[in-house]
Amino acid sequence: MELVCPAGTPASLRAALDAGADVVYVGFRDETNARNFPGLNFSPEELRESLQKAHDMGRQVYVAINTYPQAGNLDPWYKAVDNAARIGVDAVILADIGLLDYAKRQHPELRRHLSVQASASNPESINFYRSAFDVQRVVLPRVLTVREIGELIKEIDVETEVFAFGGMCVMAEGRCSLSSYATGKSPNMNGVCSPASHVEYEQRRGKLVSRLGEFTINSFPNDEAAGYPTLCKGRFVGHTGDPSYLFEEPTSLNVMMMLPELIQAGVRALKIEGRQRGKAYVYQVVSGYRKAIDAAMKGEPVPFIDMGNITEGTRSTAGAYEKNWR
Amino acid sequence: MSSRVINSQAKLTLGPVLYNWPAEQRRDFYFQIADEAPVDVVYIGEVTCSKRAPFFTPFIPEICDRLEKAGKEVVISSLSLVMSKRERKEQHELVQDNPWILEANDLSAIELLKERAHIVGPFVNVYNEDTLDYFYRNGAQRVVLPCELSGKAIERLLASNKNREIEIQAFGRVPLALSARCYHARSHGLSKDGCLYVCEQDPDGMNVETLDGEAFLTVNGTQTMSYTVNNLLAEIVDLNRLGVTHFRLWPQQVDMVRVIETYRAELDGTITHKEGQETLSDLIDFAPFANGFYHGVEGNRLVE
Repeated sequence: MELVCPAGTPASLRAALDAGADVVYVGFRDETNARNFPGLNFSPEELRESLQKAHDMGRQVYVAINTYPQAGNLDPWYKAVDNAARIGVDAVILADIGLLDYAKRQHPELRRHLSVQASASNPESINFYRSAFDVQRVVLPRVLTVREIGELIKEIDVETEVFAFGGMCVMAEGRCSLSSYATGKSPNMNGVCSPASHVEYEQRRGKLVSRLGEFTINSFPNDEAAGYPTLCKGRFVGHTGDPSYLFEEPTSLNVMMMLPELIQAGVRALKIEGRQRGKAYVYQVVSGYRKAIDAAMKGEPVPFIDMGNITEGTRSTAGAYEKNWR
Repeated sequence: MSSRVINSQAKLTLGPVLYNWPAEQRRDFYFQIADEAPVDVVYIGEVTCSKRAPFFTPFIPEICDRLEKAGKEVVISSLSLVMSKRERKEQHELVQDNPWILEANDLSAIELLKERAHIVGPFVNVYNEDTLDYFYRNGAQRVVLPCELSGKAIERLLASNKNREIEIQAFGRVPLALSARCYHARSHGLSKDGCLYVCEQDPDGMNVETLDGEAFLTVNGTQTMSYTVNNLLAEIVDLNRLGVTHFRLWPQQVDMVRVIETYRAELDGTITHKEGQETLSDLIDFAPFANGFYHGVEGNRLVE
């Protein structure tokens, strides 16, 4: 079981390697990756140095180029793929069909992984990407239960990678325009969801109100910690007339206790979300997962490792991996 | 009116009903469309939730027959999020047994339709000319673009794919997101497995309001939609001039025959913009209009 860990900076990459990451995945500093945040990501030169460091330690680096290239402006995405190939990264993680096609034609030797943003949730979709673009691995969307993942793996001849820890989309990834509906910026087009540029906090009669664009996403009494207003993790009013977390509560995904089942299912790699996180966070999560995977691979019980202080809203869920989540 | 280009080549399409309308009501809706609506293409089939399909599927052949007799092009739309064994099996059967052309709303359907003409639906990501070109080469007869593309992006897409059929979403609440989870059931304190089909209670979807009581989104089972009603009546003549060949109107629980007539009249130049907008405003009383995605801003906004 391969442990694939996030890094938004060379320092985080180093932290991930020190904590025991088998692979670190990163993005270039532009709109070609789905964590296109200010002050984050790698220049080609930083990537070259980081890759050398990883290879010296016998580890790998993947590059996510997983937004959808903009009509009439394909060059930044072509360039990102060309740079990744030239620098010699171990794989690129792509979502767009046109870009997969480009990568396969221009750099047939460059290993291609299918991003979660492509939302390939069944064997037929995965086989399409396998036969058309020769993808070697698929990152599964967070819509399947562990049982479904096991059944799916039996029907494909591509490696699978699943999300283990971190922020969790409740919508099928890459098939969500909620952010652009509220802010004009979306994960697919801009590499951002509920972007900070559109977030405001307002004091209102003893409450802190979080807003995204024109819309109130949540409200917190002043003695409570206010969460970030990710659109689908807000409180809204639906059928009952009472406010509730209609889509999802502000929880983090954590599948640590399900590791034996995921190994049993034949999953090849576990992915930690969070290229936007600091190096201390990365170190803590990766260390915890390193211990847990090592134990599970030896058939030992998974040790309880408390991640409570770093999970969103200090709570975690196994999300869609359990059927009752639906 | 004399300054306007009359282009009767542009085609109007009726998207599949995205909501859980009772099967008989859905059938009668299509019969009325067949008999009365000046629409060129009618899409039909369950796109949103596979649990709803068994009730309506038996009516489809009869409806398609009536639509074809009325001169409409019939397209069967496939499920947008395919996960379970049962959903896969049903999709296999749909591809194998169906004599009509299919709209593929997931890559899995495109895989199964290999070497057969098909339409790429709006739930498949097509953001740029390379991807668009790939799908045409792969056998797509027409491609329906995703909702969040701006007019500028559409123009750039069309610049390098001339003389191809391309469809945009022109009218109706816009499907924004898909999920494995059913928010309709969740809002009623139920799970998806034991949902009691509560989505049937809301024929135009369930309103979702913010804590301030402001209308924000619409929930339609596993799908999340805009609260606003997309309306590109003012933009379609320009879009047609750019090369958009098909304009999709999503069914809502309103007089869709009149909605279709209004769009047709706009394309043919037989009414003024003002008359058309007034007619639509009279017909749509449950939510305001928006066109923000087209104008490259927040999708919920109306740019005058």
